[in-house]
Amino acid sequence: MFDLQGDSLTKRFGSFTAVRDVSFEVPSGSFFSILGPSGCGKTTLMRMIAGFEEPTSGDIRIKGTSVVGTPPNKRNVKMVFQHLALFPMMNIGENIAYGLKCRGENKVDIRRKVGEVLDRIGLPGVEEKQVSQLSGGQKQRIAIARCMVLEPDVLLLDEPLGALDLKLREHMKIELKQLQHQFDTTFLYITHDQSEALVMSDNVAVMKSGRFEQIGPPEQLYHAPQTAFVAGFVGDSNRFEGRLSARAGDEARVTLDAGGEMVARLGQEGLSDGAAVSVFVRPEAISAHATRGAAAADMVAVEGTVDSLLFNGANSRLLVKLDDGTQIESSHTTGAGAGARFAPGDRVTLTWAVADGLCFAAEGGA
Amino acid sequence: MARSDAGKLSLILLMTPFLMWIVLLIILPQIGIGYLSFQEKVGPRQYVFGVGNYVEFLSEPIYWNTLLRTAWMSILVTILALMIGFPVAYYIAKIARKRSRAALFLLCLIPLWVSDLVRAFGWIVLLRETGVISGALQSVGLIGGPVELLYNDITVVIGLVYTVVLFMIVPLVSTLEGMDNSLLEAGYNLGGTRFTVFRMIVVPYAMPGIVAGCIIVFMLTAGSYLTPILLGGKNSMWFTEQIYTQFITRYNWESGSTFGVLLLLFTSAVVWLGLRLTGQNLASTVAKE
Repeated sequence: MFDLQGDSLTKRFGSFTAVRDVSFEVPSGSFFSILGPSGCGKTTLMRMIAGFEEPTSGDIRIKGTSVVGTPPNKRNVKMVFQHLALFPMMNIGENIAYGLKCRGENKVDIRRKVGEVLDRIGLPGVEEKQVSQLSGGQKQRIAIARCMVLEPDVLLLDEPLGALDLKLREHMKIELKQLQHQFDTTFLYITHDQSEALVMSDNVAVMKSGRFEQIGPPEQLYHAPQTAFVAGFVGDSNRFEGRLSARAGDEARVTLDAGGEMVARLGQEGLSDGAAVSVFVRPEAISAHATRGAAAADMVAVEGTVDSLLFNGANSRLLVKLDDGTQIESSHTTGAGAGARFAPGDRVTLTWAVADGLCFAAEGGA
Repeated sequence: MARSDAGKLSLILLMTPFLMWIVLLIILPQIGIGYLSFQEKVGPRQYVFGVGNYVEFLSEPIYWNTLLRTAWMSILVTILALMIGFPVAYYIAKIARKRSRAALFLLCLIPLWVSDLVRAFGWIVLLRETGVISGALQSVGLIGGPVELLYNDITVVIGLVYTVVLFMIVPLVSTLEGMDNSLLEAGYNLGGTRFTVFRMIVVPYAMPGIVAGCIIVFMLTAGSYLTPILLGGKNSMWFTEQIYTQFITRYNWESGSTFGVLLLLFTSAVVWLGLRLTGQNLASTVAKE
């Protein structure tokens, strides 16, 4: 059963196509994210689902029923706005009661439901407080409660964590996921922050220039991207540009633009020899060695000079400048039991498994 | 220390003209007027302190009737100005595109280029017996003879609304401009109809602007002189006209001062009552948040 389905949705503003032939299905009770850079059309897509924009063509179905043409106030999708849009002239209780009042429920029920939903989000008894008296994270939860009290089929969230500071954002990611489990409602989450999408979602759609590039669970997007854009946008990657010179099975031999050759795994079908390609290697797949050993057959080895160390706890990086001028980020463990330690200026050999390098048609190319 | 001295100096420089203005032009004359109003004339150039002027005001129905009438008509003008000004302000602040917004706002301001007096004469040109409207109606054949449209209450109200509506639009536009469109969208998204969104979100949000606009418009109307006199003629019975008569025609400054004090007290009382009834207070209206 799908709570939300989009069928070849297209939205044009004049000659500009904001959303282009987008289709997707969101299973009931799942957390679905749309991830894309700003201006990719994700907000337009969400506004079409909420009913603030009508699609130029295509269909939107909520619980199997088409909602195209239904005004926003008649759709059972509720939305948490980017800046939350809590009503400043109402107190918290009135904010949450607003939707119930619009529905014409009686006062006793409204009071009970408001109390219940505040209990569920862990803020009991704040009915009489003003919006300005709450912290950022609390406002966030109130905005969600205001929607959830109406028991929507789908909850839309439009980058709601954007306005929070980093620490709170990390915390709210986990909290949002928990709230979604607790309410057991379908969440459609829009973000440009890939870590938000990866941490919380059951499925992520990566969007670019109005199109979905790939839909899949976070692990799949990370480990098996299907296009160069997804490989570059989701997670950190080192990118090498070059031309495909030979193929053998699923292995590609690439002549790099910066000089030299590299062997990598083919990430997509249908690449012909001579095509412009990009090879992506994740920093954590790369290990750094102080001495040059004989590279195994299924490994790629490159040499360079340590440029700098970027310490960031578990995510620490070693920035290495190759002899041809390319910069590579490699993961770097710094604990007591860690291997070799490096200082800027040290010679270093970087190695990774051939299978960890993924080769795609270059963006804008094929 | 030098820094705080400079701060003090700039504060003094800033406050001096303001304080002089307040003290010399507002407080001193009001004290003078208040003092005069308690002077009873007992003979030529002989005065005693007493409330005789106020007693006289109460004992003459024509006086307090005029005051009540002025208040009622001012309230009516305020309500009409709000009803006309709100849609205009909403259009300028929320519906018009950014580029046309400034132009529309300027159009609202253009009448202020022309003096009150000339604008009132404009109405006279339109509405008098031999005026544009009367003539047009006759030539179309809707009326047989010339018709006098001046010198009645409706004309006075129309003229006053026209004069003051701008002062309603300006504060409304500035409050409505501050309203985030997502509040309206949230209102619809949560199931509100156009009417509920208007009643529960737009109006409460615009309340400070509504109250500010109403106070300005009411005070301006109740204190206006030119428009009621020119458009209402002898029948206008505006309270400011009474004050003028006392000061200038009858040369009775004591009585005129009494009327002045009463007008101030009465209009202040109406504003206070209005604030109480709408659950607002002056502080929240003037300085939001």
